Amino acid sequence: MTPTLQLCLIVSAALFSIGLLAALSRRHAIFILIGIELMLAAANLNFIAFWRFGAEPQNPTGVMVAIFSIAIAAAEAAVGLALVIAVYRHYRTTNVRRLDQLKG
Amino acid sequence: MTGERVDQIFVVAKRWLLSFLNDSAPDWVNPIASSLINIAAVLGVFVVLFALISVLERKILGRIQNRYGPNRVGPFGLFQPIADGIKLLIKEDIVPARADKVVHFLAPIMMAAPAILALGVIPYGRNMTAFSIDGGILFFFAVGSATELAVFMAGWGSNNKFSMLGAMRAIAQMVSYELPLIITVLPVVMLVGSLSPDAIVDAQAGYSHGFAPRWFVFMPWGAAAFILFFVSGLVESNRTPFDVPEGESEIVAGHMTEYSGFKYAIFFLAEYFGMFAVSGLAVTLFLGGWHAPLPLLEFVPSYVWFFAKLAALLFVFIWIRGTLPRMRIDHIMSFAWKFMMPMAFTCILAAAVWHYQSHGWAGWLSSLGILLAVYFALSRFLKTGKNLAARTYRFAE
Amino acid sequence: MNTAAFIFIAVFTLAGALAAACLRKLIHAALCLVVAFLGLAAFYFLLGAEFVGLVQVFVYVGAVAVLIVFTILLTRREDEDAAGFNWSGVIVAVAVFAGLAWTILKTPSLAIIPAAIEPLTIKRIGEVLMTNYVWPLQCVGLLLTAALIGALVLVMEEKR
Repeated sequence: MTPTLQLCLIVSAALFSIGLLAALSRRHAIFILIGIELMLAAANLNFIAFWRFGAEPQNPTGVMVAIFSIAIAAAEAAVGLALVIAVYRHYRTTNVRRLDQLKG
Repeated sequence: MTGERVDQIFVVAKRWLLSFLNDSAPDWVNPIASSLINIAAVLGVFVVLFALISVLERKILGRIQNRYGPNRVGPFGLFQPIADGIKLLIKEDIVPARADKVVHFLAPIMMAAPAILALGVIPYGRNMTAFSIDGGILFFFAVGSATELAVFMAGWGSNNKFSMLGAMRAIAQMVSYELPLIITVLPVVMLVGSLSPDAIVDAQAGYSHGFAPRWFVFMPWGAAAFILFFVSGLVESNRTPFDVPEGESEIVAGHMTEYSGFKYAIFFLAEYFGMFAVSGLAVTLFLGGWHAPLPLLEFVPSYVWFFAKLAALLFVFIWIRGTLPRMRIDHIMSFAWKFMMPMAFTCILAAAVWHYQSHGWAGWLSSLGILLAVYFALSRFLKTGKNLAARTYRFAE
Repeated sequence: MNTAAFIFIAVFTLAGALAAACLRKLIHAALCLVVAFLGLAAFYFLLGAEFVGLVQVFVYVGAVAVLIVFTILLTRREDEDAAGFNWSGVIVAVAVFAGLAWTILKTPSLAIIPAAIEPLTIKRIGEVLMTNYVWPLQCVGLLLTAALIGALVLVMEEKR
């Protein structure tokens, strides 16, 4: 059973849903960020898989999008973590349930 | 012809070893066996070199400090590493009670693994690279950046405030100096046009005017980049004068405080392997790899030249350790960000100027001019003097 | 492409990701995230995109993971109220996975076997970056600078 594109896509869908699990079911802000990073990584895997199995592998569009996406994910992680630190400094908590002052 | 055979003796030996597998094995055994032989050879050579350098360092430091180093065990003390190894192996392995056991255990392994991985892409001789991959330089830096995580794990897993402080300082230092380390490699990669260490060594082959080797260290931007790369390598492997994370008078042993016995030996090994990897890369990028310096010395095998240059760089590491005092951590950081970064970017500019003047004398002089101009501008205008008042002396009356 | 290697790397990555999502202690979760990223890098190598694999190790393991670990260090509290688990999130995640997997398996045009390709050299990536993708490259540079300045401004101590 050689790996087909379907198998690669199922692995990336599994990774995406694990990231979604982390983002939806944890209360700590950093766990949510971990989930977001996993989801981004799963999307990158999708791009590379489609590039590899596609009709014209010498056209490096999939690879370029993945490279730019990795750079953007790093920037987003930096800003997200800076936000977590700033919120912690102000509210002394990382529990996202407690951050509800704009609610209602 | 004999020179050719001595030069390729290890390649021939590996082919002879692999010829035992040809008859019965399926298709996938051959690359795996070839890789395993490469790995065993690299590890064997470098563990022996580690043992040798650990005793030579103590002897050279001793001679610098006007005393003999260890000279009891074996001739001239050269069997000292065996005694040290036995001592460290039979020591009790103490783990703090409230330490995070898994993290504490994995930290030394995660520190040694990147250093060993980085040794795999360096060309040790003609056709003697363990793993020749297209993006070898990028691989080297990618695994080098995993070292910071290992230092953090060591500091965290020990449940000790000194360890945590030492780990934070070590990570701050390593992260700051990763940038000059990588940017000084850029001129070389730019001019060769490839990230593969084999291609970089091949680009330094040949002799201009029949006797001067074409190594990159003989160009002004190459010399500046080599010095900056070497200093960044000193910092990355936490050697004096940048060993604030592990100096005994500073912070006990920093992130390695709670490690005893064999785990401490693994940290020690990881530090030395990091030194070997950085020196090996410096030889590859700037000192011409395994090429001989003069045409009439080409009968000496290529790996002898590589290890001779490596030994010279390691001697300079040890010499600097014995000579210079430790720098303060904030001095180290400001040195990285305020001096080394601008100089590293200037090296790229100087290399581009040299390249577009068709590699001639005009290019050599103009790139030297640019480097000197930026160097003097930085030393004039960086405010590191802090307006010290005139020195007054008070003597006991 | 080797089936055994594919299965091994897939199991490794998914196990690391699951551990990162479900473990109690934050620092263990962050280290399992590193394992997941390394597994992904191995995936990229298997799929023939070696440069992306190296960039993944460099950026994700060397930078993002270190950032996460530092933030864990700086926002440490001994209380347990942030360690809760919400089971409805699990149901949503499983539902999303089921939907995606059903869609993938129902599309016959995706059942293609990889053709043997020559590997994409870094030289080609460099050429393409500097010709076709030069505008995105400059924009990413600008974005990274903005992110750097923004992150620094967010965590700087306010001057009283």
